[in-house]
Amino acid sequence: MNKSNASKTPLIRIAKRADMPRWKGWLIRILAVLLALVVDGLLIYAIVHLNPVEVYRAMYEGAFGTSRRAWVSIRDAVVLLCIGVGLAPAFKMKFWNLGAEGQILMGGIATAACMIYLGTSVPNWLLLIVMAVVSIAAGAIWGLIPAVAKARWDTNESLFTLMLNYVAIQLTSYAVACWENPFGSNTVGIINQNNMAGWFPRLFGQTYGLNVLLAVVLMVGMYIYLSHTKQGYEIAVAGESQNTARYAGINMTKVYLRTMLISGAVCGFTGYICVAGASHTISTNTAGGRGFTAIIVAWLAKFNPFIMVIISFLLTFLSNGSAEIASRFNLNDYAAQMIEGIILFFILGSEFFINYRLIFRGKEDTHE
Amino acid sequence: MIDLAQTPVVQMRGISKAFGPVVANSKVDLELYPGEILSLLGENGSGKTTLMNMLSGIYFPDEGQILVNGEEVTIASPRDAFALRIGMIHQHFKLVDVFTAAENIVLGLEGSTMLDRKQVAARVRLICEKYGFDVDPDQKVYNMSVSQKQTLEIVKVLYRGTDILILDEPTAVLTPQETEKLFKVLKNMKADGKSVVIITHKLHEVMEVADRVAVLRKGEYIGEVRTADTDPQELTNMMVGRSVSLNIQRPEPENPTPRLVVEHLSVKDSEGVMAVKDVSFTANSGEVLGIAGISGCGQKELLEAIAGLQTAEPGSSVVYLGENGEKAQLVGLSARQVRAKGVALSFVPEDRLGMGLVGDMGIPDNMMLRSYSEGKGPFVRRKGPRKLAAQVVKQLEVVTPGLETPVRKLSGGNVQKILLGREIAAAPHVLMTAYAVRGLDINSSYAIYDLVNQQKQQGCAVIFVGEDLDVLLELCDRILVLCSGQVNGILDGRTATKEQVGLLMTNLHSKEGGAEHE
Repeated sequence: MNKSNASKTPLIRIAKRADMPRWKGWLIRILAVLLALVVDGLLIYAIVHLNPVEVYRAMYEGAFGTSRRAWVSIRDAVVLLCIGVGLAPAFKMKFWNLGAEGQILMGGIATAACMIYLGTSVPNWLLLIVMAVVSIAAGAIWGLIPAVAKARWDTNESLFTLMLNYVAIQLTSYAVACWENPFGSNTVGIINQNNMAGWFPRLFGQTYGLNVLLAVVLMVGMYIYLSHTKQGYEIAVAGESQNTARYAGINMTKVYLRTMLISGAVCGFTGYICVAGASHTISTNTAGGRGFTAIIVAWLAKFNPFIMVIISFLLTFLSNGSAEIASRFNLNDYAAQMIEGIILFFILGSEFFINYRLIFRGKEDTHE
Repeated sequence: MIDLAQTPVVQMRGISKAFGPVVANSKVDLELYPGEILSLLGENGSGKTTLMNMLSGIYFPDEGQILVNGEEVTIASPRDAFALRIGMIHQHFKLVDVFTAAENIVLGLEGSTMLDRKQVAARVRLICEKYGFDVDPDQKVYNMSVSQKQTLEIVKVLYRGTDILILDEPTAVLTPQETEKLFKVLKNMKADGKSVVIITHKLHEVMEVADRVAVLRKGEYIGEVRTADTDPQELTNMMVGRSVSLNIQRPEPENPTPRLVVEHLSVKDSEGVMAVKDVSFTANSGEVLGIAGISGCGQKELLEAIAGLQTAEPGSSVVYLGENGEKAQLVGLSARQVRAKGVALSFVPEDRLGMGLVGDMGIPDNMMLRSYSEGKGPFVRRKGPRKLAAQVVKQLEVVTPGLETPVRKLSGGNVQKILLGREIAAAPHVLMTAYAVRGLDINSSYAIYDLVNQQKQQGCAVIFVGEDLDVLLELCDRILVLCSGQVNGILDGRTATKEQVGLLMTNLHSKEGGAEHE
């Protein structure tokens, strides 16, 4: 190594890694989480002088401490998972569906409308099915609109889906105004609180049993759809390159429409789960930003529905756990969100170290 | 003759450069003398461009020294390289389309903020006269041909006062006539005492223009020879590392019968401009029909229209004649409909990973790209494709870590083998290939020629779009020359000369006197 050259070499250089064994990748991810916990611990101690171990225990207890809390976490994770599953086909096709938020709301409005207008006039099992169908249709239409525009006029789907969210929020506000109960509260309140018409029945003795079952069906179904069907194959090809799709004889317009129909339908169905299976009400917060959080779920899992389960639970654990420490230690929300943010930052950052390595000046040979 | 006793203008000593696990250069030594043309020879991926990029400041070496005029230097940016009077012409031109030649030349130069057009134009003319360039300082770049753009790039570098000129595959985009012109200019520059490095893998060009040849193989420096003391066979052996035969076989066609009759085919490109105009020809079974032409003069549109990927204009006709006398009009059918009609038409497109294959998928999934929809039911069947994948890997000697490795991670030659393997497995009656050997090393190229000949001998009508005229003249039975999207002549591959083809590529018949022929 020549001296005068060496002195001019940048201090750190970045080089792309060759294939890393899968176990090593997971090891790095786990290390990242541990490292994040250490950094968080230092921060907690430095800023609020609390014992980090206590804080972490509180976090765990907040998310899974009691059976009720655990089920709330499961309920929340299931919603994230369902949205992630819904986004997967669109993103795999490189169709940037940022409109899950609106698609969930549309499904939610449809569900709430059925609950309010049909109520006990039809048997509950029939009501549940009607709600499911209507919510799927509502979400599918909301997903289809940007796809039609994209296929017809080549509009930008990111902007289109994003803007449709605001339309959906306005429609929800309107619906809330119509169904206000009690009058003047500016909320819909718990729908059918007396007769529980249109509420998910208990399953396996659990309030949220049906939620879990539906999510598992969606997850397995989407996995099979994406990796073992002709349509799933078409999505993979279309996502790679339009020219390849043309070469393979794939009709892009048809694939766009069909895939967004499915993506929107699953998101609409998630709205049904949110309303009929969890909150039993509708508000502009029914989606609550989860349509965006689920984008992280879908991407981190690289569109594999089974890995989405892990990511959904992790994200839910973080948000429910931080809520708990905020209240227990009398911290404000920001402190809890910082902890959440640092852990997420480390997990996302670990992807960089899985794909690249750093070479420090003068140490070129150590990795060769 | 160059005096090897004098100080080299450039000395590279023990240069190494790695990109991740890929070692592009390993302890390479190179010397360049004043007033010589040095050819840097090597197959694709042998590290020629990387080595020169380190001399021109694009990359920084991991190890080694660079000496210019006997003094050790640090070249950390192209600006450093210019300061040392080193300039490089890249394969992809770096020009601003909407600027004139003169504006492009002064772009990024330090000096007064006011542009003195007259003075610039005068200096440009001076350089042009000195070396025999032909550049109009006021011409806009978007009005220029590829060859003019290249000339402008060279003038731009000379304007900045370059003594050491590096050209990366300069002839890849030129016709034979343009190549000759370029070589004349290079020789003038040499006579003026400048040093030129020309990166290439075309042997006859090396023999024609270079004084010395330095050979790289797999990133390593193999050796250097004076052109006068060597021949193409020796250079090939140095390049490949073992003895290879340089003859392309051309078996005699066996009872050729018309297989594909194209009449009055016109196609518009994506911008609505007529890319193919009234093209008529017949492709025969058991014959290789070559298609020559400067790049982008309708080859792509022609093949895609035949394959059903582009819409042909009204009045076009592409008739397929089967072995048993069946007839099918292909115009108006989509690729899938063509397939459904039982017409075994295979197409190896120019863009391998962007069109012919899915880079993120493994070999089995790529095998079913054109056939995945066959069979009943909503599910794909992977059994057949998996078997086919294993078969292609074995028969065509594809080097891959595993069947499921994403094909974009494989080398160009292996990618092409997979693509060609799939298309040949369909037992085609018509096989169309576009630039089938572009970017491939010598071994892979010859493997591809063999496959093409195999198909020909099995009675397939092969349409071979190529860019290397030497290859076209050795491989093809007939050569159709395209010029601006029109057929400008169909020559017998056995008797045609390179000059004939080159002339037809650039001078459209109908313009200069089609009437004479009528």
